[in-house]
Amino acid sequence: MKSNKDIAELLDEPACEHNKKEKSGCSKPKPGASAGGCAFDGAQIALLPIADVAHIVHGPIACAGSSWDNRGTRSSGADLYRYGMTTDLTEQDIIMGRSEKRLFHAIKQAVDDYAPPAVFVYNTCVPALVGDDLNAVCKSATEKWGVPVVPIDSAGFYGTKNLGNRIAGDAMVKHVIGTRDPDPLPESDINIHDVNLIGEYNIAGEFWHVLPLLDELGLRVLCTLSGDARFREVQTMHKAEVNMMVCSKAMVNVARLLQKNYGTPWFEGSFYGITDTSAALRGFANAIGDDDLIARAEAVIAREEARIRAALKPWQARLKGKRVLLFTGGVKSWSVISALQDLGMVVVATGTKKSTEEDKARIRELMGEDTVMIEDGSPKALLKIVADYKADILIAGGRNMYTALKAKIPFLDINQEREFGYEGYQGMLELVRQLALTIESPVWQLVRDPAPWKVTPPSVLNADTVEVSHG
Amino acid sequence: MADVIKRNKALSVNPLKASQPIGGSLATLGFNRAMPLLHGSQGCTAFAKVFFVRHFREPIPLQSTAMDQASSVLGADENVVEGIRAIAEKSKPDLITILTTGLAETQGADVHRNVREFRAAYPEFADIAVVAVNTPDFTGSVETGYAATLTEIIRALVPDAKTATNDCQSSEGLAVVPDTVTQVGRRKRQVNVLVSYMLTSGDLEALQLIFEQFGLRPVFIPNLADSLDGCLTDEDFSPVTIGGTPLSELATLGDAIATVVIGASLHAAAQVLEEKTGVPTYQLNHLYGLKANDALMSALMTISGNSVPERLERQRAQLQDALLDTHFMLGQLRVALAADGDLLGAFVDLLQETGVEVVTAVTSCNVPLLSSIPVASIKIGDLEDMEKMSLDNKVQLIIGNSHAVISAERLNVPILRAGFPLYDVIGGYAKTWIGYAGSRQTLFDLANLVINHAHEEIPIYHSRYAQKPANETVAPSCH
Repeated sequence: MKSNKDIAELLDEPACEHNKKEKSGCSKPKPGASAGGCAFDGAQIALLPIADVAHIVHGPIACAGSSWDNRGTRSSGADLYRYGMTTDLTEQDIIMGRSEKRLFHAIKQAVDDYAPPAVFVYNTCVPALVGDDLNAVCKSATEKWGVPVVPIDSAGFYGTKNLGNRIAGDAMVKHVIGTRDPDPLPESDINIHDVNLIGEYNIAGEFWHVLPLLDELGLRVLCTLSGDARFREVQTMHKAEVNMMVCSKAMVNVARLLQKNYGTPWFEGSFYGITDTSAALRGFANAIGDDDLIARAEAVIAREEARIRAALKPWQARLKGKRVLLFTGGVKSWSVISALQDLGMVVVATGTKKSTEEDKARIRELMGEDTVMIEDGSPKALLKIVADYKADILIAGGRNMYTALKAKIPFLDINQEREFGYEGYQGMLELVRQLALTIESPVWQLVRDPAPWKVTPPSVLNADTVEVSHG
Repeated sequence: MADVIKRNKALSVNPLKASQPIGGSLATLGFNRAMPLLHGSQGCTAFAKVFFVRHFREPIPLQSTAMDQASSVLGADENVVEGIRAIAEKSKPDLITILTTGLAETQGADVHRNVREFRAAYPEFADIAVVAVNTPDFTGSVETGYAATLTEIIRALVPDAKTATNDCQSSEGLAVVPDTVTQVGRRKRQVNVLVSYMLTSGDLEALQLIFEQFGLRPVFIPNLADSLDGCLTDEDFSPVTIGGTPLSELATLGDAIATVVIGASLHAAAQVLEEKTGVPTYQLNHLYGLKANDALMSALMTISGNSVPERLERQRAQLQDALLDTHFMLGQLRVALAADGDLLGAFVDLLQETGVEVVTAVTSCNVPLLSSIPVASIKIGDLEDMEKMSLDNKVQLIIGNSHAVISAERLNVPILRAGFPLYDVIGGYAKTWIGYAGSRQTLFDLANLVINHAHEEIPIYHSRYAQKPANETVAPSCH
């Protein structure tokens, strides 16, 4: 089990603006009034997209049983990440102290049956509480079975999902990154530069809208942590010239530690929307400082922007002026706002619960000083804002989908479970299609109108009853 | 009768099992204005919520005691009491269930004491029923967690017919016990129906019709068809369940003429109900297939005194006709089944009526029913076991939940989606399986999955001497 000191260290993240507030890191959940995942959830979500690794959840069934094969992330090849693996601890294992032994043999079974390049072991609440020595088991399994076995000590009770992301990042820096040098560069007539993306999960394959452009610019992505990644890619992350933190600060500790340990500079960016995609491409070029690359990046940006703006034109007419309530929990707010503004839509309010002060400043810059920032994300509060500000659509995570639908409000899911990819210039086309699909749908009228027999037909009424019914 | 083969590997790959807290939550969600509270870390609740939302495509009320590092080590009594208080204050439900997780049980939580502490500290919430259940995820499955929770709800909230003063044994359940004395048969048409987790909302709707055709009024316990049937209500938002068995109905169970129990897993719950109320119990394991539904008809004839309604006679004859039509496709079909005990038993009976051979049966945990299911062996294991055994046994069709779809793809055989969770189809939660009509539709669905695939086609043979048109002639083969 991690000590309080270990957890405090992870919570103290100098690169995160929340640190400057009175409570450092993430606040404590309240019994009976909490939503959101645990540290294990966060750690698993952060690393599961590494597609060729055997991901073993060490614990009783609830941890893996309810969560395996539940993510929109896609792989271009290996699919071991879609296998749910767990030690499925029983009462006897716990009482008799056999859980370490079961884990040791479970690792062997995974190695024998699936020959993964590495095994990741996620610690959960019960083995953490009974005191399983995860590090020792992983170390001896590595020696005995000859495959790297990485401990990810992520018991749920350590804290929130966000903490779990950091635990995952920390484990990668400690155990994986820097253990292999990149493959030699292929022959090329342009200068190729190595880069990483941290916090890019390739949801619904959306990164494949962006990757061809990076290839064209001669940016070799050593690794995306962790969308469509392989173990051997994660190993080489220390050799990048620059790291991009994509959208979220969840694994900001990885960027910070890579800068500290290897001197790699990093910048924050997003691939949502035309403006931000272009900014991200410029971000790479400028950080690397290769004049030829900068010139080629500008050319690609000009070409792609012209192409996509032409393709979006017919859609813009349909979406222009539509009012959006954006509730993302905060982290991705500013990047999505810019995408929506690219379309001429009006963002009437946005969630900022998890946003940093810097995020908020950016939102103000984009939306103006008097923008509504939502701290209370309860379903009731959200519905009130939709009504008060006459929003045409709620854009939020899947958790809020049924809040919107039950209240008969158009909805767009932008969380990790979604089935559509919105990244890059090309992703904007999917975004407009999905926005129009729900906003313009004929279903809203059908579900909002009362049944015909509940509306008294005016023809059979005399003037008095009409007056009464309106009174 | 089945030989039950125990788990023999260290690693579970592609688990079939869903946890006891999931089952306990599901049972709770079948009561009106209810809220399940999982005693564990936040993730226990978050994962369960996602699990349900994917299956039902509905908002799901579910809360957490949010155990953190300090409370996990030093004790989490305060979390339970505060958690109940917060829900009572904010959402004003009729029922809160406290369901333990592996974390809470390993730590040594005593949730029953916590409920008494809550009662002592907050008398103002005396009218809210609070029921604590031990549902650690290191034992059992969704089936046992559901059954245990139903048992405890009945134990705590159904008044005891024997004692006129109604000094409810578990005073923790409801601080104010309704002052009613029940009498078997006072409600001549009411039948209590305890239903297993395997009955869908579509099943319950169909079952309600069947009871009504006999002139009976069923009270489903719990009633997911009223709370999670996918129904658009006028209310924009509710923090607790809308619909489900009203708690007030529990006070009337003792007045019923009979109790019908569907599902072997509910044996203990049925026993507690009968002990408390004296209402006679009719135990049925399931309602899949001709014989099972004949047994239901016999029970309802006895209970109601009426003969089988014409409409149901007709549906029986339709099922018989479907048996004839489908036995060509389903006879000798080699099927793999992956399901929890009650559902496994139900499918085995249905399939064997058509001549299907269940050559692979996998289940998530050992329950008493398994040994009496008429197949050679049942493996306690996961979907990896199911997949490997299916390959060895040359399976032609799989029946399992959405997680088994990828196994079916790898084996290149069709799959009938059944069980829990079903997240890659729309409306799976509402499908009707039971009754003569539901069984008939299941036979149709099975037959349609194999109608063009189950038999091996004879390869085309071209005679070298044939006088077919020139464009049909092929080069003579080498052998």
